[in-house]
Amino acid sequence: MKSNGRFGEFGGVFVPEILFPALEQLEGAFLAAGQSAEFEAELKRLLSDYAGRPTPLYACRNLCADTPATIYLKREDLLHGGAHKTNQVLGQALLAKRIGKSRLIAETGAGQHGVATAIVGALFGFETHIYMGQKDVERQRPNVFRMQLLGARVVPVRTGSQTLKDAINEALRDWAKSYGTTHYMLGTAAGPHPFPTMVREFQRVIGQEARAQMVDAAGGLPDAVIACVGGGSNAIGVFSDFIDDTQVRLIGVEAAGHGLHTGRHGATIQQGRAGILHGAYTRVLQDEEGQVTETESISAGLDYPGVGPEHVHLAESGRAEYVGIEDQEALDAFTELTRSEGIIPALESAHAVAQGIKMARVATEPTTLLINLSGRGDKDIEHVRSILESRATDKDQGQEGL
Amino acid sequence: MGRYEKMFEQLQLRHQGAFVPFVTLGDPTVETSLSIVRTLVESGADALELGIPFSDPIADGPTIQASAVRALDQGVTPGACIELLSQIRGEFPEIPIGLLLYANLVAANGIAPFFKRLGRAGVDSVLVADVPIFEAEPFVTAAAARDLATVFIAPPNATEERLRQIARMTSGYTYVVARAGVTGVDQQLQLNQTNIFSFLKDTGAPPSLVGFGISTPEHVRQVLAAGADGAISGSAVVTLISRHLEDVSHLKKELGVFVKQMKAAT
Repeated sequence: MKSNGRFGEFGGVFVPEILFPALEQLEGAFLAAGQSAEFEAELKRLLSDYAGRPTPLYACRNLCADTPATIYLKREDLLHGGAHKTNQVLGQALLAKRIGKSRLIAETGAGQHGVATAIVGALFGFETHIYMGQKDVERQRPNVFRMQLLGARVVPVRTGSQTLKDAINEALRDWAKSYGTTHYMLGTAAGPHPFPTMVREFQRVIGQEARAQMVDAAGGLPDAVIACVGGGSNAIGVFSDFIDDTQVRLIGVEAAGHGLHTGRHGATIQQGRAGILHGAYTRVLQDEEGQVTETESISAGLDYPGVGPEHVHLAESGRAEYVGIEDQEALDAFTELTRSEGIIPALESAHAVAQGIKMARVATEPTTLLINLSGRGDKDIEHVRSILESRATDKDQGQEGL
Repeated sequence: MGRYEKMFEQLQLRHQGAFVPFVTLGDPTVETSLSIVRTLVESGADALELGIPFSDPIADGPTIQASAVRALDQGVTPGACIELLSQIRGEFPEIPIGLLLYANLVAANGIAPFFKRLGRAGVDSVLVADVPIFEAEPFVTAAAARDLATVFIAPPNATEERLRQIARMTSGYTYVVARAGVTGVDQQLQLNQTNIFSFLKDTGAPPSLVGFGISTPEHVRQVLAAGADGAISGSAVVTLISRHLEDVSHLKKELGVFVKQMKAAT
């Protein structure tokens, strides 16, 4: 390894020895790609011609129009595949080709990363296996079918909490056997080195574009950049180019689920302790003796008891702030953005929107807020419909709603 | 002299290899687990490899995952496992006891305090499944302070340079994994690198025990013939436990037969 993969004290390479050579090979390929004009040109071409970059920056016309704040949305929801995930799978797929791998494995929570992986699997002719917790398979049906249409095999994971964390466990087990032919396309800025760095670099394009677009559209930098944080890839992508602009607040929004005080949430940075999970020294939601606890969130993509190590470093150094948004607030923001702007956000992204709305409502002077709208909500429509419907039924029966 | 050294020395005098069964502590309950361990030792196990159940065992296949789930479902905690270890050590003062666990359990409340507890319980070695040589230093230092050996895995894809590092770092014994993948029962043993044993010996590594996939006496004979000093069998033992959860006396009988057959092959 050329680097120890640490952000402050966080990060590292905590994997069984057998996986170490594969990570070393990946780091080598990633570093070599950074020196290759050919790689850069091919990735750039794919991002523009295939995926649709640059994505627009949109100044909301109606959302919080009665406040002194202006909300800008970075429209990653318009990217091919429906979320920011496509940025980095294109990068990783080119690397996998360069190191001669013929098969891709990936984990997915909401299904967005699974869909993105299946897309590049189809594009480049990789055999593709997607591990997905059984619970997520059930609540993200449309994405399961999309992955299958794209030619990927979706493998339901029935161990543990049957969500994202268990899908990662299963992908790591597969990789311990298949590393010779297989690239593990980890979907977020978490996991062992080089993933957190590599995923950030492939997602950095979000922040690069957004920064330039803000200067064009608003004549300067935003007061705050807001993004949801599960593993943290869209947030680290949009934050990266603003880190040196210390006057810009960076706000990561975690899933507060039923409430931060209830223990039923996915707010790892706010409620977790330092620990080692899925290859990295990071913060982990865990019990007193180190068993990883189960998380809860309305959005499958934020339902994860770990988090990217760079976010922990940003939190400890004070450069970024991390806040929680509860299920109900996210659902309200989902509806509000949909009705006011005609944009249906992913439930994950709705957490960031909710935080933006909250800040706009308390603003006392002109404020510009940049929200990374990391994905679109088509995948969530069925899930939201069933929640709203059961709430309506509860109301009919005179019970408390959600 | 440590318990592992003593064991390997005595086995050498008898021209035998070591047979080391693995079970998860607290599977299916703490009480049954103790009586399972007694059966293993009384049936001829040369050493014990014991696991502390963890919520996310990424190096384990379905059999050992399921055993961790059974123990966790019973509310078995690392603290309860350490008490159980003290009890096992009290009953069997001579047998080498190795622990196999995951990094978060070690680091949750500090590496040094955790290893202190293990040292007091009479554990001889620890193998932290998700700590490669690259990240090993703080674990090795803290273990050494408590006279705990730190076992590292020599995988089939390690370069000679990496094997040399592993040989330098591992103590107690060297855990040789002869095939890719996670723990589990193999029909046909896969020994991808038979010369790994002489290489490790030449570099001065402690004796080699082969694990992952060892499930029949024939496998034991094969690894010993290839140059290993012993064999570790986990998933095969745990499979017996999972088959006889309802009938402990029958389980003990089956385990006894299995261990005797495996030991006889050494």
